[in-house]
Amino acid sequence: MILDLGAEVLAVLRRNPLRTVLTAFGVCWGLLMLILLLGFGEGLEAVAVKNFARSSTNSVFFWGGRTTMPYKGYRSGRRIAFRMADFEAASQVPGIDQIAARVQLGGWRSGNIVTVGTESGSYNVMGEMPEYFDITPVVWEGGRFLNVLDLEEQRKVAVIGTSVKEELFRGKDPLGQAINIQGVHFIVVGVLRSSRGDERGDRENSTIHIPLSTFQKAFNMEDRIGWILLTARPEIAAGAMEDRVRSVFMERHGVHPKDVNAIRGWNAQEEMERIANLFLGIRWFVWFVGAATLLSGVVGVSNIMLVIVRERTKEIGLRRALGATRMTVVIQIVSEALILTLLAGWVGLMGGVALVEGVAAWLGPDHELVGSPRVDASAALIALVVLVAAGVFSGLLPARRAARIHPVEALRSE
Amino acid sequence: MRSMAEPVLQLRALSKAYQVGGRPLPVLKSLDLDVHQGEFTSIMGSSGSGKSTLLNVLGLLDRYDSGTYHLGGVLAKDLSERRAAQLRNRMLGFVFQAFHLIPYKNAWENVALPLTYQRVHRKERYRRAMAVLERVELADRADHLPGELSGGQKQRVAIARALVSEPTLILADEPTGALDSATSHLIIDLLEEVADEGRTVVVVTHEPDIAERTRRIVRLHDGVIADDRLIPRRERSTPPVDATEAAR
Ligand SMILES: Nc1ncnc2c1ncn2[C@@H]1O[C@H](COP(=O)(O)OP(=O)(O)OP(=O)(O)O)[C@@H](O)[C@H]1O
Ligand SMILES: [Mg+2]
Repeated sequence: MILDLGAEVLAVLRRNPLRTVLTAFGVCWGLLMLILLLGFGEGLEAVAVKNFARSSTNSVFFWGGRTTMPYKGYRSGRRIAFRMADFEAASQVPGIDQIAARVQLGGWRSGNIVTVGTESGSYNVMGEMPEYFDITPVVWEGGRFLNVLDLEEQRKVAVIGTSVKEELFRGKDPLGQAINIQGVHFIVVGVLRSSRGDERGDRENSTIHIPLSTFQKAFNMEDRIGWILLTARPEIAAGAMEDRVRSVFMERHGVHPKDVNAIRGWNAQEEMERIANLFLGIRWFVWFVGAATLLSGVVGVSNIMLVIVRERTKEIGLRRALGATRMTVVIQIVSEALILTLLAGWVGLMGGVALVEGVAAWLGPDHELVGSPRVDASAALIALVVLVAAGVFSGLLPARRAARIHPVEALRSE
Repeated sequence: MRSMAEPVLQLRALSKAYQVGGRPLPVLKSLDLDVHQGEFTSIMGSSGSGKSTLLNVLGLLDRYDSGTYHLGGVLAKDLSERRAAQLRNRMLGFVFQAFHLIPYKNAWENVALPLTYQRVHRKERYRRAMAVLERVELADRADHLPGELSGGQKQRVAIARALVSEPTLILADEPTGALDSATSHLIIDLLEEVADEGRTVVVVTHEPDIAERTRRIVRLHDGVIADDRLIPRRERSTPPVDATEAAR
């Protein structure tokens, strides 16, 4: 019975191939767009999530801010700066896994001229503790990282990012070579590359890390530090850890407990939620655009089915005379709309998947911007369900029209 | 001719009016009519006398206002949509002046159409459609589309379609209206054979020589049965038109 219906519907659609193709195009295009958007959205999202997963998802950063409330005799607007004692105090807070202090030459995001022979460039220069690299995972390209002895003995050694190596050493092996930072010479002992593909990764690759103690002495920083980085133990949420450590700092610096801007902080949990929300928004938008395109396709199918019904008034009347009920007629018209929509949608779906896969193959695995674009099974399934609903929906109005055809009127022979 | 057996169709005081401009326009006025199994009846009358309306009522395609209509002993009144469709499918066969074949289906598929509504499988449909096409001598055109057939051939396909579900009653509204007279007589021959096999055939026509070929002529005048007469049975023949004229 279903096969009969299918064959019948195909015969009807074949009768006017151009019209069928033009009508089908709307639905086809709608689904193609939907799949493309979903496929590349998926890739983008995967890249963001992967970038994120590479940095510890439970990490918390702190840096000094300004008070905004007077408290304990201190005036408002006071600048809070971290010193090593703050780091020591923070280290005592329960629940911490790794903790590191760091400081940047010239302050946050300021470049410093670094020279090697006749080559020079502007880079971030950081005073670092070995734990930094447990908090921000990196890929080693050679040599070693800073260790406890480097710090204890205030050695003049440096670990450089891969961009620094390429620009200053021009393909030569940098290990054991000296670099000149504001007149102080440091020996390169290691090269690293960030595992992130985004702007933060670029920054990491253009950074020179030297031991914190050496830094403080060489650049007259006393025991000042810029940031305190830590990771919470897995059982503690990053947000909770941030609050806990901040209150220690507030206590030490005489900051009003509600004056959160005095101690600036960032935690990965919030960041992750922000990214998740962003992609949720993108996803809704994609579905909205896809659905709107599909809807216009549905209107097209519905219209063409109305025309087909009008053209086939006599045929429908005849079928009623030969034993078709209104229900049979409704089922037939809805099936025709459904089959037309499904065929068109199927072509769009397959075309979309093929395009996404093709582009993915062409870009190669893990493209830095779009990752590996792909259409996951659940998205395709949902698209298919939407398609079926759209097909039935587009057939309803024409079917209603067809069911109202009166056989006597239809078969009158003028 | 009138046996004591239950008539295939029986009308008692059947009336029907159309609403025209909010006022009733009576079209069938208290008709009484019995038609028995195997009868070959024609309904004649001037244009607008209500012939088609009557046939539509008989074919359960239209409602009537009062009186009764028994089809095969069943009172056909206020039938459900489903029941009416089922009765049309199993008990009735329709033949139209305009043939009403589905243009994109070939001859055998057109013939088999009523069987699809009985959920008969395709193979069996083909077998039965071919048997009936054989009967109307069109088996060799089974794969032709209606557009590739002559008027007479189309009407024979339509008759095959009316016969395929082996109905009790065949209703034909001006089945020869679109055909030349030689072809018309071939069609009437076919309907006569069908009646001879024991099926009941009712033909609406306004052509006297077609009506003369049936066994009974019911004349409608302004919605009333003005005349109802039997025609004595003649030798069966398929003479050319002038021969028929000459024999009269
Ligand atoms: N749907 C309708 N609405 C209103 N009046 C109708 C309708 N159908 C038929 N009539 C009227 O009913 C009367 C009978 O019509 P019917 O079609 O039964 O005549 P007929 O005998 O078949 O005529 P013809 O020989 O021209 O086919 C006519 O006066 C016609 O105008
Ligand atoms: Mg008529």
